[in-house]
Amino acid sequence: MAVTVSIPTILRTHTGGEKSVEASGKTVLEVIDDIEARHSGLKDRLVKDDKLHRFVNVYVNDEDVRFAGGLDAEVSDGDTVTILPAVAGGSR
Amino acid sequence: MFVVLRIRRDLVDAIVEHARRDHPDEACGVIAGPDDGTDRPERFIPMLNAARSPTFYEFDSGDLLKLYREMDANDEIPVVIYHSHTATEAYPSRTDVKLAQEPFAHYVLVSTRDPEEYEFRSYRIVDGAVTEEPVEVVESYMFANTGSDDVPDAR
Repeated sequence: MAVTVSIPTILRTHTGGEKSVEASGKTVLEVIDDIEARHSGLKDRLVKDDKLHRFVNVYVNDEDVRFAGGLDAEVSDGDTVTILPAVAGGSR
Repeated sequence: MFVVLRIRRDLVDAIVEHARRDHPDEACGVIAGPDDGTDRPERFIPMLNAARSPTFYEFDSGDLLKLYREMDANDEIPVVIYHSHTATEAYPSRTDVKLAQEPFAHYVLVSTRDPEEYEFRSYRIVDGAVTEEPVEVVESYMFANTGSDDVPDAR
């Protein structure tokens, strides 16, 4: 299953500057593991204690995977997986 | 890396207006600019604070995806990411620093704690390090900085 994964600026140091990479897998976690095998260090930035980081958003096509099974969300051939860091903060 | 934020006055006014409007909740948004190395904020995009909180802000995740797709399609980057502090100074909090994930953006903070005077300050936040930078407000990007002073500008 080949999917295109869009990489945000801050994580491109892990992909040799590439804005997007091809990967395979049947779930979001498998896709992340597949990228990690070639671009070590990326997974640590996305996953913590087997869960997606609170302030990282991952989308399969237009859907935020947080509402679709998290790391177990399914991906299909030809899907686009987009990784975007949250834009957030606070005065405390 | 640019060590100054050059920004048009109308964009400063738009940010301050947005911050005043959402006070006492924190307001947030982006000014996008061309991805051509000019570091020029141009397109004002106020965002909804999904947290609707006086002490926290977060772009809605659906809006975030839409925003980045739009910028991608336009060859734009988030030149400025702004938010307001409504009861404290315009300086990045520990949370702001921890969550900052755009190393090339100017992080603008506006404080609306004083109803008359606002504070408008800009920072780089990279790997947990905060560097304040001067803000140069210009009327237009066109006529400022036309070249080095020892070369006469073309007429």
